[in-house]
Amino acid sequence: MTKTDMMVKELVDKYGSKRESLLPILQGVYDLEHFVSDEAMVSIARNLDLSSADVYGKSTFYSFLDTIPRGKFVIRVCKTIVCDMHDKNQIVDTLENILKIKVGETTLNRKFSLLYTNCLGWCHKGPAMLINDDVYTDLTPETIREIITDYKNRE
Amino acid sequence: MESIKNIISVKINGIDVSIEKGTTILEAARKINVRIPTLCHHEDLCVAGNCRVCVVEVEGAKNLTASCAAPCEQNMVIKTNTPKVRSARKDLIALLVSEHNTQCTTCYRSTNCELQALASEYNVDNNTYLSVLKPGIQVDRSSWSIEKDDSKCVRCQRCVRTCAELQHVNAITVAHKGKDMKISTFMDLPMNEVVCVNCGQCIIHCPTGALTERRYFDDIWEAIGDEKKHVVINTAPSVRVAIGEMLGYAPGAHVTGKMVAALKKIGFDSVLDTNYTADLTIVEEGTELLGRLKSKIKDEDDSVALPMITSCSPGWVKFIEHMYPEHLAHLSTCKSPQQMFGALAKTYYAEKIGVKPENIVSVAAMPCAAKKFEANRPEMKSSGYQDIDAGLTTREIGHMIKQAGIDFSEISDSDFDSIMGDSTGAAIIFGATGGVMEAALRTAYELITGRDVPFDRLNIEPVRGLEGIKHAAVKLENCLEAYSFLEGVELRVAVAHGLKNARVIMDQIKDGTSPYHFIEIMACPGGCIGGGGQPIPTNDKVRMERIKAIYEDDADCKLRKSHENPEIKQIYDEFLKDGPLGHKSHKLLHTHYTKRNRY
Repeated sequence: MTKTDMMVKELVDKYGSKRESLLPILQGVYDLEHFVSDEAMVSIARNLDLSSADVYGKSTFYSFLDTIPRGKFVIRVCKTIVCDMHDKNQIVDTLENILKIKVGETTLNRKFSLLYTNCLGWCHKGPAMLINDDVYTDLTPETIREIITDYKNRE
Repeated sequence: MESIKNIISVKINGIDVSIEKGTTILEAARKINVRIPTLCHHEDLCVAGNCRVCVVEVEGAKNLTASCAAPCEQNMVIKTNTPKVRSARKDLIALLVSEHNTQCTTCYRSTNCELQALASEYNVDNNTYLSVLKPGIQVDRSSWSIEKDDSKCVRCQRCVRTCAELQHVNAITVAHKGKDMKISTFMDLPMNEVVCVNCGQCIIHCPTGALTERRYFDDIWEAIGDEKKHVVINTAPSVRVAIGEMLGYAPGAHVTGKMVAALKKIGFDSVLDTNYTADLTIVEEGTELLGRLKSKIKDEDDSVALPMITSCSPGWVKFIEHMYPEHLAHLSTCKSPQQMFGALAKTYYAEKIGVKPENIVSVAAMPCAAKKFEANRPEMKSSGYQDIDAGLTTREIGHMIKQAGIDFSEISDSDFDSIMGDSTGAAIIFGATGGVMEAALRTAYELITGRDVPFDRLNIEPVRGLEGIKHAAVKLENCLEAYSFLEGVELRVAVAHGLKNARVIMDQIKDGTSPYHFIEIMACPGGCIGGGGQPIPTNDKVRMERIKAIYEDDADCKLRKSHENPEIKQIYDEFLKDGPLGHKSHKLLHTHYTKRNRY
């Protein structure tokens, strides 16, 4: 049994092997690996008696699942209109400058990925972004530098 | 009283309609011949309601209603053709066109495309919306059978529903969302690398040219033009009852003679009949079944796999290779009639007419997309050459007849050429679900008992029709001496069509609860007449017409049992001298299967 198979097996034991268990299992894989690999999708398909295409379809549908390997810290900048009016572009420029990557890319050391997201519901405190599950609001280029420096020092 | 309570009435365009509760607005409108345009809707599939082309106005409702998805309610007042409805539909169609690769002039589905028809019907102006067609979309031509062009996809998901609901294959899925949504395979892999069984049902359910068969007729035109080549074509039974639809005839028209004449006019050197090898299949497969029964019942050999399952349908064969690789022993080792034909064309036939096999180009006219893949299987070279050089669909043959400028309605009938051109009614019915079983029973029963199969005029009604899984049982009594071990045995058979039904049958085998001796499975709903290479549209009404034509042809035949085919007797006398399942037949007419990945 590969490492992936064991991970999936544990999640299947926890959430069950019915079709409705698919989403919690995918979320479980994402939490552990920051993306859903093709091996994981095949393993899930086998365990749940689904086609692997089916699992792929679901994995690509949800914004907070991903089939492309991402960094340890996934930064998602809100791209919706209110954050945009609060100068989200300046935030993105700053992030791209500090991290030396474009939106959609991952740093070479696989520590950071930079993505856009739809509305986070923090319009009153825009611009806003997420790093993994944590929200950061009222962003300015200065606070961005502090936040990223803090994350750079984390393991 | 219960039944009356379930009847409700609605008013559509001022006409009162009484319908059963639960009927959709679309169905109610069709009942009174009010046509509502549709795109994502297909009779064979579940409701999707995603294209919204079928919107109608319902009095009291705030928004327009998608009629395919909305059930009628008591006293609903529905209008299907108001300016508001027409303008909404026109806008919806224009939006679909704005995302579409509108190179209709070079599209294979041109004049048979639902989007093109709608755009024309609603007089959509191409410039209403800017084209937002994504640039750089590559056509996937990796599969021998199926071509996938996402630039022509309207994302109605009929293919996805077909692959899931009718075939239980799920090779394609809806991936991503919103503007990025696309019909994709697992990890967007090329079609030849996924579990696709090549049945082509997605093609005949696709409203546009996004999914089509790989076309090979240009190669065949080349071969016909090459004087050194001797080009033979064998035509499957389902092609002759459907080809008319490509050329202006109603479904189920009898145009066999015209088809043969047209193919001769096109320039095929010899027009032969797949039915000939269908008869041969019955003799080989029947012998194989009796052999398996003997080993199991008389010799009590438990290693013999029963029930035995037919192997004529290449979509089904690839399905079992992917989904039940541990049960391949249940498949008959017989090649499909197409491949038997190919193997004999470049050996027996070549010898007879005195042409070198390397100069023979062997073409098959098939109702099928999977036959293209089958022809290219590496093991299908038992003549020493590729046995079948190309499998063409009914649609491709229709195109060739049009390209040749032949007036199909004017042309007079012609007969199949000889040597592998004779056939019986038993072979014709291969085209309909249950046909192989019926043909096999006609021959096997007579071999075992020396008498006709005990059904009125040889018509084995229990295995006919469109029910998903059909069963029959025949009691074997007063058997001939050679088959005395079958005395009193009740031969139990089943017939399944559509791979979702195949799965039911296979799950029984997997659980060890299958009560049958012999099973016929066809990948496509309705059998070959509903195959993925058949004219579009194909739905249950069309399937029934084609099936009717098949059984009428059978009833008209003088010979209706495969073993009575004189050319079959001849080939066993002259060429396959060691008989059915003998050494030579084993080499040319039988095959083996490959275990494939399910995920």
